[in-house]
Amino acid sequence: MLDVVDLNIEFHDHLIPETVVYDFDLHMDPGDIVGIVGESGSGKTMSALAIAGLLSRHDMQKRGQIVFNGTELLTCERAKLRSLQGNEISMIFQEPMTSLNPVRKIGWQVEESLRIHTGMTKTERYEKAIEALSDVELPEPEKVYHMYPHELSGGMRQRVMIAAAVICKPKLMIADEPTTALDVTVQAQIIELLKRINHKQNTAILFISHDLSLVKQLCERVLVMYQGRIVEQGETEQIFHHPQELYTQNLIKAIPKIVRNFEMR
Amino acid sequence: MRYVVKKSVTFILTLLLVSLLAFFAFQIIPGDPAIKMLGTQATPEKIAALQDKLGLNRPMPVRYLSWLGDFFFGDMGESYSYHMSVSSMLAGKLPITLTLTLMSFIMIVAGAVPLGIYTAKHKDKPVTKAVNVLNQIAMSVPPFFMGILFTYLFGIVLRWFTPGGFVSYTSNIGGFIGYLFFPAVAIAVPKLAMATKMLQGSLLSEMQLDYVRTAYSRGNRTNGVLYHHVLKNAMIPVVTFLGMTLADIVAGSIIIEQVFSIPGLGRLLITSISNRDYPVVQAIIVCIAVIVIIINYVVDIVYQILDPRVRGQ
Amino acid sequence: MKLKKRDYSFYIGAVLTALIVLLVIVGIFYTPYDPDAMNPADKFAGVSLRHLMGCDNFGRDIFSRILKGTGTTLLIALCTIGIGAGTGTVLGAVTGYYGGVADEILMRFNDAVLAFPSILVALVFISIMGSGKYNVIIALGIVFIPSFARIVRGEFIHYRNLDYVQSAKLMGAGAVRIMFVHILPNAWPVLLSSVIIGFNNAVLAEASMSFLGIGVQPPDASLGRMLSESQAFLFSAPWCALFPGLMIVLLILGFALLSEGLKGRY
Repeated sequence: MLDVVDLNIEFHDHLIPETVVYDFDLHMDPGDIVGIVGESGSGKTMSALAIAGLLSRHDMQKRGQIVFNGTELLTCERAKLRSLQGNEISMIFQEPMTSLNPVRKIGWQVEESLRIHTGMTKTERYEKAIEALSDVELPEPEKVYHMYPHELSGGMRQRVMIAAAVICKPKLMIADEPTTALDVTVQAQIIELLKRINHKQNTAILFISHDLSLVKQLCERVLVMYQGRIVEQGETEQIFHHPQELYTQNLIKAIPKIVRNFEMR
Repeated sequence: MRYVVKKSVTFILTLLLVSLLAFFAFQIIPGDPAIKMLGTQATPEKIAALQDKLGLNRPMPVRYLSWLGDFFFGDMGESYSYHMSVSSMLAGKLPITLTLTLMSFIMIVAGAVPLGIYTAKHKDKPVTKAVNVLNQIAMSVPPFFMGILFTYLFGIVLRWFTPGGFVSYTSNIGGFIGYLFFPAVAIAVPKLAMATKMLQGSLLSEMQLDYVRTAYSRGNRTNGVLYHHVLKNAMIPVVTFLGMTLADIVAGSIIIEQVFSIPGLGRLLITSISNRDYPVVQAIIVCIAVIVIIINYVVDIVYQILDPRVRGQ
Repeated sequence: MKLKKRDYSFYIGAVLTALIVLLVIVGIFYTPYDPDAMNPADKFAGVSLRHLMGCDNFGRDIFSRILKGTGTTLLIALCTIGIGAGTGTVLGAVTGYYGGVADEILMRFNDAVLAFPSILVALVFISIMGSGKYNVIIALGIVFIPSFARIVRGEFIHYRNLDYVQSAKLMGAGAVRIMFVHILPNAWPVLLSSVIIGFNNAVLAEASMSFLGIGVQPPDASLGRMLSESQAFLFSAPWCALFPGLMIVLLILGFALLSEGLKGRY
């Protein structure tokens, strides 16, 4: 379904060009859940944005191939790319607080992809939106439909973002640190929700996080990125129990464990 | 709803505050209005009679309330210099000033909105850079100088209009609007430049925000992002600015009326200040103040329609 | 290193302003002609080497009058901003620092005044006090107090709760010391840019009032007044209007560019 081959991303906004992603490779099949972990600045968000077709700044150069169901996303026409965005490939972001338009109603934002990609009538869209809102377990979806983002909590907003992202039943959903801005308890609920969506709609999920424990809960496969390069990849279980690279070992060691803290005292 | 109620209360309180200030400001002027009205014919008996008639012997709060009541029902007193009722003097002038104000406001909005959007959309094009430089200069030209330049260029050199040849709206409405065109442009130009710059800046900074990326991720075109998402957000600060601008051009028309010899409120105000005709000055000031307060009230209401975040507060 | 656009604005603005100020200072000590000397022989003399900007209806040298008039305008603007910024800063500092009911009332009053175009409020003052240079200064000075008070108050409300202010308090610093030694320097950038913008507003307001004939009175030369007098003979002697007007434009442009450039620096 998705094949990324030798993706390189270079910035040209300084005097010296700066490469932020080196030779990124990724293969995903329908229904896969793949995690990308790494510290901030490791290039994981850049790679994700490139796959979602959201890197279009002209002071930036992208080389390599991103093939999605036979379409080369880096070289295809803008119209073709746009017809995939929100429809086949959707994305949710780190900051649910600012990623929603503050002056538009929730319902309007949730059904936007339908408005762009389908010829549905207003009533059809409304029904779909209500369905999507209840799918992401928002209480009283009819009421939420008419609310504005500032009236919702962070967790609820992220659910709204997810509802908007899955309303067209995309093949691939890219989640860029979707839980970082949320409370720990809410984080777990969102992870469960993503799992359920994956299960129900067979939507592949590319999950980007700096939090290894979340990746462990959700993903089947993991890519570890460091300074723009993939340093290690494999099955989640294998990476966690037998990390090969020093960097991965350190990352895993850095996960806080209650037991160890207890022992130290 | 609570927001509208709150703003309505503020609206009425501001009106009262302004009326209070306007009343007492003109109370502290030295000199007896009765003596001033009678001028050279003042005799002690006549003064006493007039003082009685005007109610000048009553206590201050009573006089304020009766003044306020009279004003509310359109009785604004009598002019010292013309010995006619102030309201009838104002009635003919108000439409002129309001038309002028409205014309320049329409020009500002009709010019700044497309120009702001265009320059934000094509921010790296040479056209935008030229517009920005022109804007900076236009902002620095005071309306009265712009008016003089227009009079010279379009009135004297090109003869597109007759300087000083004001046409009353009662005789020829087309000629009236036509004569007000250049004055309206003179008022509009600097404000149009400011509004353009403001909208451009507001759009560009909104374009950097996270929700724009979300909008793109759903397959929106740049135009879709701009018109369906960004514009409404970007207009929020611009509406506040436009409200202030509207109030400003009411005041700006006072000056431009002087340049183009337009017999509106402003011209009457300036003559009355020079003649120390206080009832007229007071009435005009209160009239303009009321217009400004109404504008602010309307802006608050529009603001609330644009920005859902303020509604609940 | 590439120069940023804002830097261009700043340098152009600085050079323009510096040139004007220099001209004005020179004008205090030396003008080509006596600005008030009437010379019937030179009535409406055009632009020439002898009279750089021509002469007006009394044969007065326009260049000399502009030098003097710009000086008057700058002086009035300076005094106005001095009164407005000075009083406004103290008022804003005290109300912002202490808060409370007095602050609330004062700010409501402030908001009401700020809603009105400054020229209108100044006109009310002038109509009550009478026109003239000093009354213009007082009127405009008072008119500009609220905007400064509001800006400074906002800054003080922001800083009064910060840890370093609290620790200064604990160390026994007095209220006045905290306000003016610990907080005010932080408000300086914001204050500076509003002083420059205020300066422009003052120049514009003074020119407008003098143009209306209720500002600076003769024999004081003033750019606004020169413009309004020139209107009567715009047909025969357009230079009488052009040069004073251009001077106002350059004055305002210089300060506007300066403030534009400063915005990028802080």
